Amino acid sequence: MKRLAVFLLLVTSAPGSMAASENLPLDSVYINLSDKASLQRGARLFVNYCLSCHSAAYMRYRRMAKDLDISEELLKENLMFAGDKPGDLMRTTMPADYAKNWFGVVPPDLTLIARVRKPDWIFTYLRSFYLDESSPSGWNNSLFENVAMPHVLYGLQGNQRLVSKNGADNGKPVFTLEKAGTMAPEEYDNAVRDLTNFLVYLGEPVKLDRYLLGVFVMLFLGGLLVLSYLLKKEYWKDLH
Amino acid sequence: MIRVLNWIDERFPVRQLWNEHLAHYYAPKNFNFWYYFGSLAILVFVIQIVTGIFLTMHYKPSSEHAFASVEYIMRDVPWGWLIRYMHAVGASAFFVIIYLHMFRALLYGSHREPRELVWLLGCIMYVLLMAEAFMGYLLPWGNMSYWGAQVIISLFTAIPWAGDALAEWLRGDFVVSDATLNRFFAFHVALIPLVLTGLVVIHILALHAVGSNNPDGIEIKKIKDEDGNPKDGIPFHPYYTVKDLFGAVVFLIVFLGVVFFIPELFGLFLEKDNFQPASILQTPSDIVPLWYFTPFYSILRAVTYPLFGIDAKFWGVVCMGLSIVLFFLLPWLDRSPVKSIRYRGWMYKTALTLFTISFIVLGYLGMKNPQHVDLFWFPNLVWAQFLFFIYFGFFLLMPLYTKWDKTKPEPERVTFK
Repeated sequence: MKRLAVFLLLVTSAPGSMAASENLPLDSVYINLSDKASLQRGARLFVNYCLSCHSAAYMRYRRMAKDLDISEELLKENLMFAGDKPGDLMRTTMPADYAKNWFGVVPPDLTLIARVRKPDWIFTYLRSFYLDESSPSGWNNSLFENVAMPHVLYGLQGNQRLVSKNGADNGKPVFTLEKAGTMAPEEYDNAVRDLTNFLVYLGEPVKLDRYLLGVFVMLFLGGLLVLSYLLKKEYWKDLH
Repeated sequence: MIRVLNWIDERFPVRQLWNEHLAHYYAPKNFNFWYYFGSLAILVFVIQIVTGIFLTMHYKPSSEHAFASVEYIMRDVPWGWLIRYMHAVGASAFFVIIYLHMFRALLYGSHREPRELVWLLGCIMYVLLMAEAFMGYLLPWGNMSYWGAQVIISLFTAIPWAGDALAEWLRGDFVVSDATLNRFFAFHVALIPLVLTGLVVIHILALHAVGSNNPDGIEIKKIKDEDGNPKDGIPFHPYYTVKDLFGAVVFLIVFLGVVFFIPELFGLFLEKDNFQPASILQTPSDIVPLWYFTPFYSILRAVTYPLFGIDAKFWGVVCMGLSIVLFFLLPWLDRSPVKSIRYRGWMYKTALTLFTISFIVLGYLGMKNPQHVDLFWFPNLVWAQFLFFIYFGFFLLMPLYTKWDKTKPEPERVTFK
């Protein structure tokens, strides 16, 4: 048993591979998948800002509406492109070859992005864009250098300038807000948190159901454990 | 009911089979914790077959649709997520159980005479299980699936002369592609499970012919009662069926606990790079096999010296192959007069402890960058090279230290500890 414990300790303490950019310090984000209001706000941001270029092509609108308590009318009015049906997959309207022409790369599908990157990474990334005239899009990102994506949320956040790459405590970058956006900085952080929360949901819509069902399965097996133990004891009591 | 049974029994020996393998199969009464893993291996095998069949109904073996069809299973197929997680976690659970099952043999000498054939069959199944897991891992067509297969198949190119042609023949293409995916699917769902099923049956038949070993490593058939049954034996059914039922529930609590609460197990069972579709343009920063292959991967990478003018990579592949082949030879490498670790001396006990540590730490190092320092003082590669010698020393020096070792006398009858 002891050897087994050592084995489990060793294997569980081994993190997976890390991309280079992930070694930079990240800001932590609080994820709460039962916060339906936050997920709904995140869904609205996602559809309005992300879905124009990125797709979420493994997810259906209707599933999202059902899980997030969004009515079908509201879904059709606010969260879908004209011409799409609720049963459709959430595809972008931007053709891939156009996108490749404009950005140099096809924007990746975002359905599983929160399972590829950590939520903290997404949260930090969306708050790390700054003006950089030397880049083709006019924007750069301190977490993901020379990323092809421009700052889509600049209208909300405003325009940031990079003061220092690692000047803040624990090596985080320092920005100044050159021009304010429609949101105050805390408001913007909350909006990005909602969006990250939504992306975590999008990565695995079944997560909360999985936990809930898991609890019941464990309770059932707990009962079965007692019964099977008593059964074994009953049969074995004649042996010595 | 009885009449139906009688009718069948006159035409096919059901009662005889039932008695021979369950009701009148006498197993030693002193089985301990380590004796759960045989029946648990059957349980996981059944779980993998059943979940696998349901996955096959919805999965599309094509490079264009495979990745999307897995996400379709996760989102649109009723209970698809549960079936898929059970299958993915089941693969790792299978290896955990098989490693513990094999370790039991090393503890109590279950591979020794007269059970050499049981052990050989088991070793063949272990190799087939590795092939099964490797091919199954390609099917989701994630980026790590793709690059993992690419790297492992490219190992064959290290073989002088025939290497390139062999790798091409395995892939059915110059790179891992749709052709590779399709043939791996055929092997994974049809050929290997079919062979494994047959071997499981033969493995159990061979075991029941010679009888089970036990923690004391003595033969219970030597001392029999008036009826000709071993005095230290008890009928497998009902005694061990109810005991294994309890073991199965404990296993299911751990297994389903992982399935429901941490199916990725922090990237060990499901890697984050595999949530990205396969891309020939985007190589993952660190290509590592899943945890159950990493001890052998470490051995492969530990060989860095070219020999006889042939590339070090070739010798790495040879050593990796040898590290698995040596398991087959264990019954003949072991020269000890006793089987169980309970009656062996300090030499075997030390050797087995060192071997177990080397296997686990090599597995850990196999997931790490060889140039980094993750243990202490030395880079991972140096540690792996040091443990490489312990690993092979355990096997190659075994004829010597098991002969020199001072053993204790075995008891007449089984004991309980």
